[in-house]
Amino acid sequence: MQIKINGDTEEVSDGCSIYQLIQQLDLTGKRIAIELNCEIVPRSQFPETILNADDRIEIVQAIGGG
Amino acid sequence: MSDTFTIDGKTYQSRLLVGTGKYRDMAETEQAVAVSGAEIVTVAVRRSNMGQNPDEPNILETLPPEKYTILPNTAGCYTADDAVRTCRLARELLDGHDLVKLEVLGDQKTLFPDVVQTLQAAETLVKDGFKVMVYTSDDPLVAKQLEEIGCVAVMPLAAPIGSGLGIRNPYNIRMILENAQVPIIVDAGVGTASDAAIAMELGCDGVLMNTAIAEAKNPILMASAMKKGIEAGREAYQAGRMPKRLYASASSPIDGTFF
Repeated sequence: MQIKINGDTEEVSDGCSIYQLIQQLDLTGKRIAIELNCEIVPRSQFPETILNADDRIEIVQAIGGG
Repeated sequence: MSDTFTIDGKTYQSRLLVGTGKYRDMAETEQAVAVSGAEIVTVAVRRSNMGQNPDEPNILETLPPEKYTILPNTAGCYTADDAVRTCRLARELLDGHDLVKLEVLGDQKTLFPDVVQTLQAAETLVKDGFKVMVYTSDDPLVAKQLEEIGCVAVMPLAAPIGSGLGIRNPYNIRMILENAQVPIIVDAGVGTASDAAIAMELGCDGVLMNTAIAEAKNPILMASAMKKGIEAGREAYQAGRMPKRLYASASSPIDGTFF
């Protein structure tokens, strides 16, 4: 199925959890925060949050800024 | 006696707050922040660039939250909703840390704050438990309103963000200070060390800057100059300056002259 990650369309397997997604993206253990369809998903809920087709995921991190 | 200041119950030695944008690389950021002596550093929240430059250190590894108070900002937001969303993501990112810099911009050319959106966002964030340090115009009435909403610090601009024009309206800053019950931090517009000193001589509790250090020819040396400018201005404020006079006042005694 297709979902949007940070604005780009990506293919993920059916039943994929956010935990599995961040593993696939090599982001495990990184300081990130995730929004699923504009709602924050707490880190503790990554394993049980299952993605659906057309979900919109935002993965953010801190960067340099004023 | 040590001269500290307190934001949201936490005491700081340094009255210089620095941004972390516009530096050449992470090493320069780290060194400039260290030399500045700043204890509070701002960061931005942006989409993670998966796969690109995976080896580049994360800003939170370079400036660990155990060592610095990380102040996520909402720079780049033009609506209250975007700013609130950014703060919520930042809180999740920083494991519940709820101190934020609220900045809602009104215009790309001036980067002046949209004070209506800023007031709205401040109300929402304070109700949601955030400790809000708020970037605003140098309007004393708006500054007071933001304090009354419950912001933990009010941060009027000295001049447009990144302009380096210095304190354009010291009289407004003085009026803001006179009415304030929370720390007042000049945020944006400082260009060089004397600008920082002027802000502190006016009685501001601190200065937040980014471009003035990052865009100096030698950012590390400027970070050091800013630290000294802040300290000199603070001491001058505490010392209490002499009154200005129109005419001269001799420094050497008149008595005892032999001519």
